[in-house]
Amino acid sequence: MSANFVSRRNVLKSLGMGVVAGSVLQVIPLEAAEYAHHMIEVERADPRSGGYTPKFFSPQQYKTLQMLCEAILPEDADSGGAIEAGAPEFIDLLTSENPDYQLKLGGGLTWLHSTCLIRYGKEYLECAPQHQKAILDDIAYRKNELLDPTLSPGVAFFTFLRNLTADGFFTSKIGIEYLGYIGNTFVSDFPGCPPVPDV
Amino acid sequence: MSQLFPTPNIYDVCIIGSGAGGGTAAKVLTQGGLSVAMLEAGPPLNPGTDFKEHVWPYELPHRGADVGGKARSELNNEFMAPNGFWDIEGEPYTTAPGSTFRWFRSRIEGGRTNHWGRIALRFGPADFKARSRDGMGDDWPITYEEIAPYYDKVESYIGVFGSKENVPNSPDGIFLPPPRPRCTETLVKKACDTLNITCIPSRMAILTKALNGRPPCHYCAQCGRGCMTASNFSSSQVMLPVAQDTGRFTLIANAMAREILLGKDGKAEAVLYIDKATGSEKRIRAKAFVVAASACETARLLLNSRSSVFPDGLANGSGTVGRYLTDSVGSDLAGYFPQLEKVPAHNHDGVGGMHMYMPWWRTGRKNDFLRGYHIEFGGGRNLPSVGSFDGVCQREEGYGASLKQKCRKSYGTVIGFSGRGEMIPNEKSYCELDPSVTDKWGIPVLRFHWQWGDNEIHMAKHMQETFRSIVETAGGTVISRPKPHASLSNGISVGGAIIHELGTARMGNDPKTSVLNRNCQAHDVKNLFVADAAPFVTNPDKNPTLSIMALSWRTSEFLLEQAKKGEL
Repeated sequence: MSANFVSRRNVLKSLGMGVVAGSVLQVIPLEAAEYAHHMIEVERADPRSGGYTPKFFSPQQYKTLQMLCEAILPEDADSGGAIEAGAPEFIDLLTSENPDYQLKLGGGLTWLHSTCLIRYGKEYLECAPQHQKAILDDIAYRKNELLDPTLSPGVAFFTFLRNLTADGFFTSKIGIEYLGYIGNTFVSDFPGCPPVPDV
Repeated sequence: MSQLFPTPNIYDVCIIGSGAGGGTAAKVLTQGGLSVAMLEAGPPLNPGTDFKEHVWPYELPHRGADVGGKARSELNNEFMAPNGFWDIEGEPYTTAPGSTFRWFRSRIEGGRTNHWGRIALRFGPADFKARSRDGMGDDWPITYEEIAPYYDKVESYIGVFGSKENVPNSPDGIFLPPPRPRCTETLVKKACDTLNITCIPSRMAILTKALNGRPPCHYCAQCGRGCMTASNFSSSQVMLPVAQDTGRFTLIANAMAREILLGKDGKAEAVLYIDKATGSEKRIRAKAFVVAASACETARLLLNSRSSVFPDGLANGSGTVGRYLTDSVGSDLAGYFPQLEKVPAHNHDGVGGMHMYMPWWRTGRKNDFLRGYHIEFGGGRNLPSVGSFDGVCQREEGYGASLKQKCRKSYGTVIGFSGRGEMIPNEKSYCELDPSVTDKWGIPVLRFHWQWGDNEIHMAKHMQETFRSIVETAGGTVISRPKPHASLSNGISVGGAIIHELGTARMGNDPKTSVLNRNCQAHDVKNLFVADAAPFVTNPDKNPTLSIMALSWRTSEFLLEQAKKGEL
């Protein structure tokens, strides 16, 4: 499937359009448009993409984004994780509309990509699990950039992504259930605080 | 319903603005028998389709963050009742070099009453006698005793919950029963009792019992989204429908007032306005005019209404239109309370806002600043929203299952405190017309000048110290919480950010130092009245909306009497 993503990207690239299709398809040659449409259909059918076509990120970047979101707030015994909560779609939507997010997140993913290539000779998704963990452990804490200033772009990226992932997860149905929020509904009487020690 | 130019109609009264002041005037004047046309710069409101009550964040693609995440940590988010803005495309305002000011405007039937916090506090007797009390600012030309009957009328009609407490200078009103406290509130109340800080049920314009055909609150905590059942107060749902019922009321929406025209007899004669739908200029005539466009927008309209008689703006012989601009002193702090981790899952929503608050508790005591402030607080197990977890992510860092658990553990454990205090007017805080900038309708815009005085800085410092002592006494830990729209480095809010701007066409007995007389009638133009917060002489530690309505009611009754006597 990933080969197909690349093919689609190559098709669009060869047409001089960058990566994202959208309405621009209207102006490309019919044959190429048909091919691109076909590839988007194939991609939509791919269960791993959840039927979602990224609005901003390239398929490869989006895959990485999904993995990072899930690493930040993973599925556990109590609930599903960030992917099931729709956090990557939410982040992609906001990013497609905001140049500042594009710089922070697009730039951050590029930083992660090249840092993994330098360190491990592979892009993030291809790295061994222990290498993925090592780089996340580096960029998940501000104190690390004090020791190694070259980590600063990664730390800034991850800090921002962590906030947005929390937004996406905790505003989802499963996230709200996970927290145990009860309300947003019609009640005829408000009972006040239940008995709680020290409160 | 909108009037074509030239119109044969001459209304008894034209009201400019449909918010708290304009709505109250519309009710009182139409029920008093006058015909009223109201200009509103925004569209009509349709609660059935415009309100997002009970919508879950995941039912919206942006989850409440709005396009590009722009509402993340801003007041206006996707859930809010329509058309309240910090910035309006094509309708800018400017700030003078060295000044920072934010101006929240509403362009919708009902104005900012669709969004307001519903906090409904009476001003106290001392608030009308500021200069007599401490030598600063000025006294009002009226007393508490004169306005008190109008507070009674407003509260009886709109419905305000609260409790009789006899707190000095925070008068009790006509109250519906208050709702029971939430866990966060019982916790803070205990600490306040220890510190001898008065903590009492709040006073909010939300029904806890059915009133005047409106059902009671259903406790979804979403007043700011607009209420389908009209169980809280908004002008659009509580004032304007009864005006409409008289058959003497015409709402002209999407009408941006440009100028009030003066007749040869020295009275106001017509309003020129832009019909936003067509961009064309129209004119509406009336025998009297009530300007209630919000304090700064009212000043703008008067300043833009220039004539040979009033070269500096209508009714501005004193030169004080736009002057004496104040906002509330604001300061915020948040605390983390570990004991709230033990609170079991339960419905914590309540009304849309606080069930308890702290009125100014140091009246008559020695302080290192003049006047006072009240404290609002809230937090706990609210409906999660974008930005809710920034704090815990910032504190805990990391990622994975442990981060997820820490988020859940911390959920509902934070309480935020906000002080709202009195600013004393100063010469460096005012608005005027920008000499070179107009909006997209060609109307000159306002330029703001702003500077807090030392008194306000000292007050904000005291707020911070008080919040800290409450948090620590309650067994919590102070945590900082970013509030990009409000906080300056010294902990005081940006001017205008509290959205209590007022004073720009103040009342007074001396026409040389005030715009309006004791009836909110222009000294210089007999048939011109102002009914928003522009007439206020002081900006006490009580949110202005209830007083806007009480004063508008009083002004409207005076106008009715004048009309009956044939004085208009």
